[in-house]
Amino acid sequence: MDVEETNSDQESILLKPELPVGIIGYGAYVPRYRLPASEVARIWTGGKGGLPVKEKSVPGIDEDVATMSIEAARNALARAGIDPGQLRAVWVGSESHPYAVKPTSTIVAEAIGAVPHVQAADWEFACKAGTEALVAAMGMVGSKMARYALAIGMDTAQGRPGDALEYTAGAGGAAYILGPAEESLAEIEYAYSYVTDTPDFWRRPEQKYPEHGQRFTGEPAYFKHITAAAQALMEASHTGPEDYRYAVFHQPNTKFPQRVAAQLGFKPEQIQAGLLVPVIGNTYAGAALIGLSAVLDQAVEGDRILMVSYGSGAGSDAFALRVTAAIESRRNLALKTADYIARRTQIDYATYVRYRGKLAV
Amino acid sequence: MEVPRHWRLRQQRYALVGEVCPHCDAKLFPPRDVCPHCGQEARTRFTFSGRGEVYSYTHMSDAPAGFEQNAPYTVALVKLEEGPLVTAQLTDLDGKPVEIGMPVEMVTRRIRSDDGEKGILVYGYKFRPVLAGPR
Amino acid sequence: MSDVVIAGVSQTPVGEHWDWSLRNLAAQAVQAGRRDAGGLMPQVVYIANVLASTVSHQANLGSLVASNAGLAGVEGVTVEAAGASGGAAARMAFLAVSSGIVDVAMVLGVEKFTDQAYAEAETALAQTMDADYESMQGATPTSQAALLMQRYLHDYNVQHDCFAGFPLNAHANAAHNPNAFFRKPISRQVYEQAETVNEPFNIFDAAPYADGAAALILTRSDIVPKDVGHGLVRITGSSIVTDTLALHDRTDPLAFQAAGFSIERACSQAGILPQDADLFELDDAFSIYAALSLEAAGFARGGEAWRLAEQGQIALGGSVPISTMGGSKGRGNPVGATGVYQLVEAALQLRGEAGKNQIPGARRALVQSLGGPASTAVTHVLEKLI
Repeated sequence: MDVEETNSDQESILLKPELPVGIIGYGAYVPRYRLPASEVARIWTGGKGGLPVKEKSVPGIDEDVATMSIEAARNALARAGIDPGQLRAVWVGSESHPYAVKPTSTIVAEAIGAVPHVQAADWEFACKAGTEALVAAMGMVGSKMARYALAIGMDTAQGRPGDALEYTAGAGGAAYILGPAEESLAEIEYAYSYVTDTPDFWRRPEQKYPEHGQRFTGEPAYFKHITAAAQALMEASHTGPEDYRYAVFHQPNTKFPQRVAAQLGFKPEQIQAGLLVPVIGNTYAGAALIGLSAVLDQAVEGDRILMVSYGSGAGSDAFALRVTAAIESRRNLALKTADYIARRTQIDYATYVRYRGKLAV
Repeated sequence: MEVPRHWRLRQQRYALVGEVCPHCDAKLFPPRDVCPHCGQEARTRFTFSGRGEVYSYTHMSDAPAGFEQNAPYTVALVKLEEGPLVTAQLTDLDGKPVEIGMPVEMVTRRIRSDDGEKGILVYGYKFRPVLAGPR
Repeated sequence: MSDVVIAGVSQTPVGEHWDWSLRNLAAQAVQAGRRDAGGLMPQVVYIANVLASTVSHQANLGSLVASNAGLAGVEGVTVEAAGASGGAAARMAFLAVSSGIVDVAMVLGVEKFTDQAYAEAETALAQTMDADYESMQGATPTSQAALLMQRYLHDYNVQHDCFAGFPLNAHANAAHNPNAFFRKPISRQVYEQAETVNEPFNIFDAAPYADGAAALILTRSDIVPKDVGHGLVRITGSSIVTDTLALHDRTDPLAFQAAGFSIERACSQAGILPQDADLFELDDAFSIYAALSLEAAGFARGGEAWRLAEQGQIALGGSVPISTMGGSKGRGNPVGATGVYQLVEAALQLRGEAGKNQIPGARRALVQSLGGPASTAVTHVLEKLI
């Protein structure tokens, strides 16, 4: 991978706010139902073939990105300990917004008590819609336009029945409240975004399920963008894999993040804490962010974390974070990622079909 | 289409926003602007914690129009820790037995979708068994 | 204040009347009621109805009924108080006649239920609850009653089958009522093995909703034609009391406070005690309502009304006969018309025309209708005019 094609000198490509910015509260959400990948295989391949994950999370019949975002946001507020009226942005990144037109973010903002003095918008960039919102929130806080901003990545991902995506398309995500670094439980030292026009996965209007380029989604898409973003961030910030205790990569299946970590020189133990895809599936716009919340649940002061998202179409946002002492007093103020993962009710394919509205009635 | 009606109640529905009586400190949900305990005006906003316990419950298999997709479901009277009773569905039960006195917590969920696939989505409070974990 | 008597009564059979519309049912009851009152022409008709505007897409029943039932031009309005509509309409007629402004008033209960399929019908019924805070949560009147029963079982530490006596009594009595929907007794075993519909409820704990129409003609005794051919019944007590619409707004949901107050007021007007009545036509839309009504009226302490049923005290020969013609459980529950049926049935008991279900020497009846879980309670005291 050659960084030269990013056509810029190293320092200036970093996204680094004037005012140091950090995470002052975070919260995860995973719905309680689990569909084993073996159930999808049982229906569509007679049980043959390898499985990309063990199981995936499935939202209940009364859940969607709005309700899941509300719960994650309430968890983030509990950890941040701020009045929701102090938020100046509520941004929800997802590819499963409940409405085609009408913001999810206003529902979330109203439910958490953040209205009316607030920016609210829904972000869309396939699986990196959540980290797009996070970068924008860094800008809001880092420019002192706002003291606090909330960015959420949440999905109830779609997969066509029988498609490879159906094994993995899960539900979950996380919410982050950004504020001044001195109040933070983890400072975001730098961010970097790497974007090209690469159509590896898409969904046209009115279509219920996405299409994808099969093996084209690998090398030129996922691997190219994540490695480029991670390497550029590390080079520009003069860091290497050994400087990070944890790394989180977008996780569409179990193998991809493991392989990209190895390509970048990270060891398996560095990605272990944030690798949730085997047990909750690919949570799309929530995937990298919920991996980060799982890491924050166990990180200690001084730990550095590299997080790189990937959104089809395509692009990656990379973040370098450093955990502060405040983590200790705040992480127990809300349910942890693992609490949600531990809450598990296995369902069969028939129940899944009903809960996900795939049943024609 | 009953958009204004749902819109008017959004804060109560999404977040259990009620009232507290400035005269006798009674917590009121639903809000009604007049305190049923002391008869005086009560318009001070009060957001309930969402914690409470099951006062009574029933499992329903026959649902009225607008709720068929959810059936079977459980309707409960929930005694909020601040005092009032509310009628609400229990969720995330998936077959686990419900008991009177069981601690529950409020979550905001889809409670109904109006006009099939075309109408607005109505969100509101439901209660689930309290999730284990630090808090 | 003038004395008010029931000069005539009528009722159609209760059931699934696929061939009859709202207006057919109404016309039959109006005609039969007038005949029973010796041809008296009412100056006003109070129409008890709950569902016409949703199930039949029909409002302004006053005009519809008057013009379709040979009462053209007569004053007519709808009175609605959910399941207590029939009792409430009777009270309006009672007030009109006792005020002296009206000489002859008709009370017509009419309900057309079976024109809608289940989900829509259930939705229509759910309108009688708090729309913003109960029905929006997916609750229905049946679920409300089930919530009460569940709490009753818990608070009094009793088992569900303790309610068996109520539907057993209702079905036994309905067997001899030619106008009843279900004319077959049921056994305890059938009750105990019945399908659960709203846990802890089974199908026998809820009265079946049905179509029906019934009428009363109220007037002063001096106006009743001499050749009317049957005994007269005087209304000596009448009361409506309301409680909160939503069950959750009450401190003690099992208390049925309005039901108790309404009995007290009606009895005090009549100068009697509830125990002085020879029968108590209470609202048994749900078996738990029958129990709570008996307790609210003072016939049993909290948690003990089911014992009256077990001991046979609610049967025709017992100390407090209820549902003497089958009640809503056996006769069927034509929602808004139910209260009128109850008054008609009690009047027939006092006239000595209750056939095989006749309570010997019945002179005095308590009749109570409930709107929702006693959100509205209407009580009348009827006495045989000697």
